[in-house]
Amino acid sequence: MRDELFIYVIIFSTLFGTITYAAVLVWFERRLLGFWQDRHGPNRVGPFGIGLAFADILKLLSKEDWVPPFSDKFIFIFAPTTVMIAMLMGFAVVPFAPGIYIADLNIALLFFLGMTSLAVYSVLLGGLASRNKYALLGGLRSAAQMVSYEVFMGLSVMGVVMLSGSFSLVDIVNAQQDLWFVVSQFLGFFVFLIAGIAETHRLPFDLPEAEHELVAGFHTEYSGMKFGMFMLGEYLGVILISSIMTTIFFGGWLGPDFLPPIFWFALKTFILICFFVLLRAAIPRPRYDQLMSLGWKVMLPLTLINLMATGGILLWLETLS
Amino acid sequence: MTIELFLFYMAATVALVSTILALTRYNATHALIYLIISLLASAIIFYLVGAPFAAVLEVVIYAGAIMVLFVFVVMMLNLGSSEDDQEHQWLKPGMWLFPALLCLILFLEMVYVLSVPPHALSGVVITPKEVGIKLYGPYILAVEIAAMLLLAGLIGAYHLGRRYLVDARKQR
Repeated sequence: MRDELFIYVIIFSTLFGTITYAAVLVWFERRLLGFWQDRHGPNRVGPFGIGLAFADILKLLSKEDWVPPFSDKFIFIFAPTTVMIAMLMGFAVVPFAPGIYIADLNIALLFFLGMTSLAVYSVLLGGLASRNKYALLGGLRSAAQMVSYEVFMGLSVMGVVMLSGSFSLVDIVNAQQDLWFVVSQFLGFFVFLIAGIAETHRLPFDLPEAEHELVAGFHTEYSGMKFGMFMLGEYLGVILISSIMTTIFFGGWLGPDFLPPIFWFALKTFILICFFVLLRAAIPRPRYDQLMSLGWKVMLPLTLINLMATGGILLWLETLS
Repeated sequence: MTIELFLFYMAATVALVSTILALTRYNATHALIYLIISLLASAIIFYLVGAPFAAVLEVVIYAGAIMVLFVFVVMMLNLGSSEDDQEHQWLKPGMWLFPALLCLILFLEMVYVLSVPPHALSGVVITPKEVGIKLYGPYILAVEIAAMLLLAGLIGAYHLGRRYLVDARKQR
């Protein structure tokens, strides 16, 4: 089944599917926000306003692609591509259904963590290359925020690794036949969720680009499709984090038999993406020092407690049997 | 030539070129980017010789965390084109003489080592589990010492930061 042609088909459909999904998500998010805030949202272009996604792309592609003369041109152009590449690479290890994945590495979970940590460079270098005070501050903030939340993100999934005994995402899904890990690893899930929002710097943790204090943060100087790539990267990040969350905490493709496995995967991911949007609509942005102290004073102890308890219970069960 | 060997030589070339570029750049940020690329290339080499765990750690820890802190520091310094000129003045060709001599010794050693028994790419794949068992088995002391060192560093940094905060509050 897994011959070469099949893998190429999966690679192509993953690339095409995720980028299209990310573009449509820009419209879908605004529509959903409108729904939750009791207003219409963008509903003019095409049926339900879905044409807005294409209008947005046309607008971004036809805008002047300006590189500021005072910027560091080499890095300025290099920065927005990094986030796109890193996030798309992350999808290489996501198992969509049994047999439908690009690669089943035995280090898949670590590979995902590696790719999200490379995405930091996009924001960091974008802020640095702009030679703009607001952009620099945004970049500094993002570096501190993303590097520290990466720590908890990595630690929070270790409980899942302990329970399933593998870093491979396919094995992790198969280990959830009886019980989803969101039940047995609730603390881990909670920390992963918050760290995931901070990693993709989505609202309410969008401090690198906080509009009312930093103009637009790290992408102040960006326009046209370079800005579009930052935007697309952010939405790709949301989809990636949601699908990884589905895989390691919500049983991936597992579900009742009356629907194909890939549908269950898509449905769970979709619900998680809606939850990301709901968080944006519901929660105000914290102050920067609040964000950092929440991370180091609440998240870190929580993950360590979770890790110790999981390890202790596993050892205890081992001595019983 | 197998595809793996071809990939190995390609990654090795990228690593060499990017390291040389990292050493010779006058702009600190550009040098750092080349260093990151060199680390990523060595991650691919690790993967190809059958150590996927080491490869991913190279990406997560070196490229993803340590180099981010390097870039962070460079951002704080706010270097401009005047600093590039300064670097240009400081880094004279004569500076390369002694390091090149030391490198030559290592190079000769490497040529000797490579010429004696034919060490091919190792055939065994080392899984994360084996690395973990080795780390927490025979090498537990090294792990403990590293952990203590990190904890000492953490407490030291906290102490310095705290005194600064207390001083700032007093002045207010």
